[in-house]
Amino acid sequence: MSFWEYLSSRHQQLLADAYQHASAVFQCMVVATVIGVVVGVATYRSEWGGNLATTTTATLLTIPSLAMIGLLIPIVGLGVPPTVIALTLYGLLPIVRNSIVGLRGVDPSLVDAATGIGMSRLARLLRVELPLAWPPILTGIRVSTQMLMGIAAIAAYASGPGLGNEIFRGIASLGSKNALNQVLAGTLGIIVLALLFDAAYVLIGRLTIPRGIRA
Amino acid sequence: MPEPTTATTTATATAATTGTGANATTGATIELENLTKRYPGSSDPAVDSVNMEINAGELVVFVGPSGCGKSTTLKMINRLIEPTGGRIRIGGEDVTDMDPVKLRRKIGYAIQASGLFPHMTVAQNIALVPRMVGWPKARINARVEEMLDLVGLDPGEFHGRYPRQLSGGQQQRVGVARALAADPPVLLMDEPFGAVDPITRDHLQDELIRLQHELHKTIVFVTHDFDEAIKLGDRIAVLREQSHIAQFDTPEAILTNPADDFVSGFVGAGAALKRLNLSRVRDVEITDYPTVTVDDPLQEIFNKLRSSGTNEILLLDRRGRPYKWLRRGDLMRAKGSLARAGTLVHDTVTRDATLRDALEAVLIDNAGRVVVTGRRGEYTGVVDMETLMNSVHELLEADRLDAIEHQHELEETRAAQTHHAQEGVDGAAGAGGEAKA
Repeated sequence: MSFWEYLSSRHQQLLADAYQHASAVFQCMVVATVIGVVVGVATYRSEWGGNLATTTTATLLTIPSLAMIGLLIPIVGLGVPPTVIALTLYGLLPIVRNSIVGLRGVDPSLVDAATGIGMSRLARLLRVELPLAWPPILTGIRVSTQMLMGIAAIAAYASGPGLGNEIFRGIASLGSKNALNQVLAGTLGIIVLALLFDAAYVLIGRLTIPRGIRA
Repeated sequence: MPEPTTATTTATATAATTGTGANATTGATIELENLTKRYPGSSDPAVDSVNMEINAGELVVFVGPSGCGKSTTLKMINRLIEPTGGRIRIGGEDVTDMDPVKLRRKIGYAIQASGLFPHMTVAQNIALVPRMVGWPKARINARVEEMLDLVGLDPGEFHGRYPRQLSGGQQQRVGVARALAADPPVLLMDEPFGAVDPITRDHLQDELIRLQHELHKTIVFVTHDFDEAIKLGDRIAVLREQSHIAQFDTPEAILTNPADDFVSGFVGAGAALKRLNLSRVRDVEITDYPTVTVDDPLQEIFNKLRSSGTNEILLLDRRGRPYKWLRRGDLMRAKGSLARAGTLVHDTVTRDATLRDALEAVLIDNAGRVVVTGRRGEYTGVVDMETLMNSVHELLEADRLDAIEHQHELEETRAAQTHHAQEGVDGAAGAGGEAKA
């Protein structure tokens, strides 16, 4: 069976997996973004707070993904929960770091001006600091997404959702006539998804970064 | 649909009342009483017990070397920096313990390099404070147009632009428009023109003077440029380290009678020349000169020149504007036509020109005088070297007397302060005195 024949015979299964893969990554990204920005906002003002947040999330990233999921299984069981937790934790680092860098990078004279014209702390954060830090934060989200796309494949190890199942099935049956096709379909599917997400981020950037600070 | 109509009418009505002119808020007094800022970990205060009264509608300039605490003092007025001691009163109301966010919305704030938010359009930047204090939308829109107009930018053109699409000078104008948008009685300006080129800075200073003539806000302006201080200030506070006031007086008085070496060092060379920038031609005596118009017959011009007893006569054109200087000799050679006779009037000054400009014109003129013209360029008189010199001497003398008087007052208050400060260490001082004796 050639690769194209394999694709057309299994396209329903593949689409379902791709959809689950994308949906898992997307949802984990939303959670990671919210947590990451909140952590960034909470820590960017203090030198050690920001460093602590960056170091912690960086350490999380050094845990091998297979080990992380393996460690989570006894605690939260199989399936979706370990996948979501692992992906969210992995997605944090770029977002937290870019939030902190972005917020610290806002021109102090603008913060001074915002305070000086009578903005409250919250207004200053929401109307001046976050909008100005948004481009680096968005870059962080983009990097995170690319990373999670690959890591999400490991989720199949814990019987999680996504295109990883295809790859794992292929690896498990190495030597059979469809093994290579399965691995290839899973991998290419992930690449296509990653490219689609990236295109979406370019569009989001266009729509959400004000013209005045667009590079 | 009656509702929207009513809404619009009221909105325009409010907009109209807040419009240029009578109803705009004018300045409030600012009183600083023993205002002190002490940073933890340093033995000397950054700002040490500043006492100052700023009148309503006055433009006061804080000038001093870098690090003298002038900016810190300014930022304590809107409590961007919280004072560690002393009181601040604005318009008689003690604002030292008021909610700082509310306080700042009533005080305009303009800073170096404009401080415009790059992600907002010019209109959004200007609308910020009015929006925060909850003006209705229609009124805000009207106000934005009005403010752009006020600072000399075409609303249609600049409304939707982003700050980075503006030149430095334009950004600074928008910065001032934003500071004034909610019509605050007090405006704080922290080296606002420090980052623009000298020519633009000059324009912006002129604009600020014009604005202040219209609006009569109380403005506190910080700069390290003494010439800027002289040009803008109704009064200047020369500050030395820890914001100690070395002299607080009119620019005239500081120029003619600097309180001490520190102030005179700051004034720099050429104080008398700088003083000339502060007086206008209208302040000095303008002499009248015999004039004739181009339509007068030649014979009459002759007669007038002879009876005037001067050597020269000024020929005016049909609209009364100075045209040519005619000397006796010119008339002799004229031979019936004035077309080629005399020397053209090159340079004139208006009554609003500074004495420095007038002096410049007089120095360049080969006969040492310059024609003063009115608003439409018509002849009003002549200023020559002699009158200029006399007037300047009188001005300087008057300044000197004023300055001495103010100096006495300042010394008295300072003596009282020193006394107050020394009360605590009385014993030690006494012991020292005894030892000497």
